[in-house]
Amino acid sequence: MQPDKQNASLRITALVSVGKHPGSGRARRAEQDARAVEMAMTLAPEGLEVLHAGDPQADSLRAYAGMGLKRLRVLQQGTNADAVPALSQYLKQQKPDIILTGVRAESGESSGMTPYLLGEALGLPVVTRIAEIVSIDHGEANLLQALPRGQRRALRVPLPFVASVDMAAAAPRQSAFGPASRADLESQDIGMAVMDEVKAAWSEAPARKRPKRLKVVKAKTAADRFKAATAKSSGDGGKVLRDKPASEMAQAVFDLLLEEGVLR
Amino acid sequence: MSEDIIRRDPRAEWIARNRLHPLHQTMQASPAETRGPSGLIRRNPHAVGFIGPNGIKRIDRMNASGPATVGGRRAAGAAKEVELPLHRVENPDYYIAVVPDMVGGRLNGHDKDVIGQAHKLIGEIGGNGAVLTIVFGEHREEAFDKAGVDRLLHLQGDEYEGYSPELRVAALAQVEKEYAPRYWLLPDSVAAGFELGCRLAARIGERPATQAWQVGAEQTICRGAGGTSDITRQTPRLLLLAEECADQIDETRHEVLPVELVGTVAGHASIRDCGQVAVDPNAIPLAEAEFILSAGNGVSDWAQFHQAAEALGATEGASRVAVDDGNMPRFRQVGATGTWVTARVYVAVGISGAIQHMQGIGQCDKVIAINTDVGCDMVKRAALSVIGDSSEVLAELIRLAKAHRQEVVENAA
Repeated sequence: MQPDKQNASLRITALVSVGKHPGSGRARRAEQDARAVEMAMTLAPEGLEVLHAGDPQADSLRAYAGMGLKRLRVLQQGTNADAVPALSQYLKQQKPDIILTGVRAESGESSGMTPYLLGEALGLPVVTRIAEIVSIDHGEANLLQALPRGQRRALRVPLPFVASVDMAAAAPRQSAFGPASRADLESQDIGMAVMDEVKAAWSEAPARKRPKRLKVVKAKTAADRFKAATAKSSGDGGKVLRDKPASEMAQAVFDLLLEEGVLR
Repeated sequence: MSEDIIRRDPRAEWIARNRLHPLHQTMQASPAETRGPSGLIRRNPHAVGFIGPNGIKRIDRMNASGPATVGGRRAAGAAKEVELPLHRVENPDYYIAVVPDMVGGRLNGHDKDVIGQAHKLIGEIGGNGAVLTIVFGEHREEAFDKAGVDRLLHLQGDEYEGYSPELRVAALAQVEKEYAPRYWLLPDSVAAGFELGCRLAARIGERPATQAWQVGAEQTICRGAGGTSDITRQTPRLLLLAEECADQIDETRHEVLPVELVGTVAGHASIRDCGQVAVDPNAIPLAEAEFILSAGNGVSDWAQFHQAAEALGATEGASRVAVDDGNMPRFRQVGATGTWVTARVYVAVGISGAIQHMQGIGQCDKVIAINTDVGCDMVKRAALSVIGDSSEVLAELIRLAKAHRQEVVENAA
C-alpha cells in the first residue's frame, strides 16, 4: 500500500473474467485481471468496484474477492451472451473515472476487443498495456505504458478513460480463502442478454500444434541445389574496418548505433 | 586473386574479327539469357555452351568456369544479382490493405508474412487485386518491392510520429472510406499491430479474427482462449495474423506505386505521448533486451567495459569464457547454454564466436564485432567489424557517447 498514491474521490471499476490455467485448463483468476484489481486497490481502495458479466456461480470469481474485496458485482447472463452490451449499459449509468481490464482474456474468444468496444460505446479514450498509474492531477492521469523489450512510455490521459493492464504491472496480492468465502457476490439481473449469434456458427477444438516453417531451397537446377547444400556461411557484405585510428573506427560504430536508434 | 589477371587470347580476338571464320558466331558475345518485353527470361539455346577442342559442343552445367567471353576473360564476381520478374497490377479491381508494424522503421519478418498472406488471398479470390500497404511516419525500408507491396500509402507528418494510435485509426478509417479494401490485414503483435487492429475493428464495426494462423478466402483458423484452442470460423474482413501465417514473397518484384488520401483525416488525440522513460538497461531481461553490449575473452579492462555499457545505455551480456573466468555473472551468458537473445543491435567485444554463441545470437538483426582477429566467425557474421584493440575502441565509444549525451541535453535546454 502506498498511501501517497491513494485518491479519495476516485472511482475505479475493474472488469474481471474467469481465467484458465494454460497447463491444466482449470478455471482460475485471470492473471491480467488480477493485476488490474491490484492496481485499483492500491490507487483507490474506497472507490473500487469489481465487475463481472456472466455466471455468478463461478467459483474462480471468489479468488478475486479473496484479495480483500468486500463485494463483487456480477451482471448475470448466460455463457453464450455477449458481455459488452451489458457492461456498457451498466457503466453508462455508473460513470466511473477509470475502467481497468486485462489485455486479453484467458478463455473464450480472447480477442482482446472488450476495452476497445467499451471505449467506442462509452466514447472514452482507450489506453493499452499500462504498467502503472503514476499520479492523477487536474483531471488527468499520468500513466506508464509497457512496451516490448522492457521499455516504458509516459502518457497523459484525461479522466475518464478505459485502460488495459499489462503483465508488466505489479503482481497481484495473494488470494485468501476466508475473505473469499465471506465476500458478497451481488448478482444483478440487468434484463438484457444479447446472444452472440456469430459465435454460435464457429467450431472450437483444442489447439493443434502449428507446423514449423521449413527452409525451402528454391533452386531450379541441380547445380544450384548442390551449391546451396555445400555453401559455407560466408559473410555477406559485412563492412570490415582495420588499420585505422581507433577514433575513426569508434565513430563508425557510433554512427551505426545512432542510425539504428538504440542510443538515447 | 589469380582470376583477376587479364589474359589475352590472340586467336579468339582474330576469330572475333574474321566474320568468315566458322567459329565466328560462337565467339560473338551474345548473352545466353535476355529479358523479353513481357519480363520473361528468353534463353537462346544456340548461344549456350561452347565448342570444345575437338569440335564438339560442350555445355558446362555446373557453371564452374563462368560465362566465357571473348578473350577468355572470366567475369569477376560471378554472384550477380538476380533480377526478379516484376508483378504489375494496373487498375486494380479491389485492394487488400496491410498495415505493417515497421519496428525500427523497417518491415520485419512478421510484416512480410502478413503481406505474403495478402497475396495468397488475392491468389485465392482471383481477379486484379492489389496489396495496399499503409505506412505511418518516417521509414527506412528500401525493399518494399521485394516484400510484395503493390501500392504504398505513406502518411507523413509530425502528428504520426511517436505514439499516436487515435490519429492513425482516424487515417485508417479514411482509407476505409476511400479505398474500401476487401480485407484488412494486420500483424497480431505486441509492437503496434494488435492495438491498431482492435481500434480499427471497434471503429468500423468489424469483428476481427485474432491470432489467425490459417487463413483462406472462406475459412479462418485462429487461436482462442489464450492460445489453448483453435477456432474455425468464416473469414472476417479484418484479420490480425499470427507470425508465420503465410510464406513471404520472394520470387517477384512489385511496383510500390505511391497513392494518396484525397480527403483530410479528422481525428482528435486525447492521449498525450510524453516520450519514453529511461529504464535501467540491466533491469531488462537479457532475452528481451534491444541493445546488448557483450564481452568475451578479448576484454581485459572490465571496469571500462561496464562504464561503456552504462554510457551507451546497453544491456550487458557475456560469452561463456567471460562467465567461467568469473568476470560476469552466469545469468548474463549469451549462447546456446545461456540465454537466446533477440536484440536488434548486438555489439560483441572480443568475442570470436563459438558456434554455441552464434546460435544464441541467431535472431539478432545487426551485429557489430570489435575484435583483433579478422578471420574469426563473429567478423563473418557481423554487419560492421572493427579490427583493433577493444579497450581503445571502447574508450573512444565512451567519449563519443558522453559527448552525444551532452549535446542532447544542451539541445533540450
